[in-house]
Amino acid sequence: MSVQTTADTRVLMKGNEAIAEAAIRAGLQAYFGYPITPQSEISEYMAARLPSAGGAFLQAESEIAAINMVYGAAGAGARVMTSTSSPGISLMQEGLSYLVGSELPCVVVNIMRGGPGLGNIAPSQADYFQATKSAGHGDGRNLVLAPSTIQEAADLTVLAFDLAEQYRNPVMILGDGYLGQMMEPVVFPDARPPRPAPAWATTGRAEGPVRLINSIYLEAEALEAHNLRLQEKYRRMRAEVRVEAYKMDDAELAVAAYGIAARVVRSAVDRARAKGLPVGLLRPISLYPFPSDAFAAAAPRVRAFLTVELSAGEMVEDVRLAVEGRVPVRFYGRMGGVVPTPPELVGQIERALREVDGR
Amino acid sequence: MKQVFARPASLSETAFTYCPGCTHGVAHRLVAEAIDDLGIQERTIGVASVGCSVFAYNFFDLDFQQAAHGRAPAVATGIKRVLPDRVVFTYQGDGDLAAIGTAEIVHAANRGEKITVIFINNAVYGMTGGQMAPTTLVGMRTTTSPFGRDPRVAGHPMHVVELLSSLGGVAYLARVALCGVAQIHKAKKAIRRAFQVQLDGIGFSLVEVLSTCPVTWGLQPVEAVRWLEEHMLPVFPLGEVVTPEKRVISPASAGLPAESKERG
Repeated sequence: MSVQTTADTRVLMKGNEAIAEAAIRAGLQAYFGYPITPQSEISEYMAARLPSAGGAFLQAESEIAAINMVYGAAGAGARVMTSTSSPGISLMQEGLSYLVGSELPCVVVNIMRGGPGLGNIAPSQADYFQATKSAGHGDGRNLVLAPSTIQEAADLTVLAFDLAEQYRNPVMILGDGYLGQMMEPVVFPDARPPRPAPAWATTGRAEGPVRLINSIYLEAEALEAHNLRLQEKYRRMRAEVRVEAYKMDDAELAVAAYGIAARVVRSAVDRARAKGLPVGLLRPISLYPFPSDAFAAAAPRVRAFLTVELSAGEMVEDVRLAVEGRVPVRFYGRMGGVVPTPPELVGQIERALREVDGR
Repeated sequence: MKQVFARPASLSETAFTYCPGCTHGVAHRLVAEAIDDLGIQERTIGVASVGCSVFAYNFFDLDFQQAAHGRAPAVATGIKRVLPDRVVFTYQGDGDLAAIGTAEIVHAANRGEKITVIFINNAVYGMTGGQMAPTTLVGMRTTTSPFGRDPRVAGHPMHVVELLSSLGGVAYLARVALCGVAQIHKAKKAIRRAFQVQLDGIGFSLVEVLSTCPVTWGLQPVEAVRWLEEHMLPVFPLGEVVTPEKRVISPASAGLPAESKERG
């Protein structure tokens, strides 16, 4: 399938396909991946479309190989990405750490599925800790962006490449099985040309002095200095905080949710508002950096938070850190691929409001 | 006066930091000489691995990437796929290539990645202090086979060249040894040919280089060379196993007939 559109044409696409098309339009030069449900459409789309768009597609022998191919191509100056789902992301942790340590830009898509272990192929948000707390071993971090519509998935994919190159750091798109599989209309930007290799890339000495892509610093002081530089970069990344506030102006209960969970929460907020309940949605779009300031600012203005996730409770810890105990932070989660319904969440909203009222 | 010996241009000014008698220095020099001879220094990218040669990039005057343990063939694949007109080589030891990196080397070879692999086999993990390697000889004592490698427990020394020889993407496989001037000359020819195969765009090339590790073997440098000759050569036969003219599996023989390639 090949989509020929101009910037004002809407096309109906699966989330996985939209991410792939957006990446190609962002000037993708190489894609390496290994099949895993529920994101294999990204690989399939790339296999069919990327070579004719001038990029390299390769199906790797494993996620471990795929992320290391990403490392090689990124180090050689190419705009590069991989995509996988939860068990595959576990296998990519080592490579992510090397990418972060060597300060290589790339985009990594995780369309999350249920765990632990083989789990299932149903939607989940149980990789939040893994995505946001550490890029593999060591003190490294990824930028993490969490779309909640297909349009946003396409837009954030393009943005992810820009941020990766701006910060010389991996950027993760954290979606879920629903987002990967469902179809919505989407408008794509015009295609960008591939970028020329940056001066630091290992392209052969002809273009300058010897270049080295590396994450080893044997001397303790040198490695600490490297880490301090990285930490300074992560502080600068705070400029990339993105958050959406929906019906929050007069809300007494703020529901925190991202990705697909935020879709259901939005419907539940509308239904609760129709019943006269003062509730809004605070939706992190960037999960790392986490929009702590938005939550801290909302804390004095609401009576409670309710965090809704497709997990046992992961983002809720960041909400609690930001709120710092000023008001109660409740949690409601479903697991294993079970997605709560809007009426179910309205019930949770009513319950949370009753509890803060002491009724 | 005619200069007859000099540092190859593809080696940096940095002095080797390898142990006395270690053959990494010889292997580095042979790689650098091959790159100089072919005139490809300006477009060659090396991939260093994990092990004693982790700092190989310090000793070559070339662009380099440092790969995670065992992943050098995947990293080299990533480089070569986006820069197909460059020359890409990996430099890996036996633990890196034949233990933790078996999947990456087998599949890079099978895909016929147009990269060159310099595979240093000294039958032991050197950097971590002399543990058993996949290529450790039966009966050979290491820190993790203190009573000698027992094949009933720890398997047999892995023959990487022979293992890879059945793969359709392989265009050049040779085993050489760094023991004595004659063998070192043969090693240089093989390494140069491996790079030439890459330049000719034929397929994957690998040279296994039998090497010494006097420190972990507990031998003096000269004794170590003798030990290599006496114990490793009978186990690991030398020579070219695959060349572009002599391939075990013909790459053209494994596909569908031309008319049935389209699935419809």
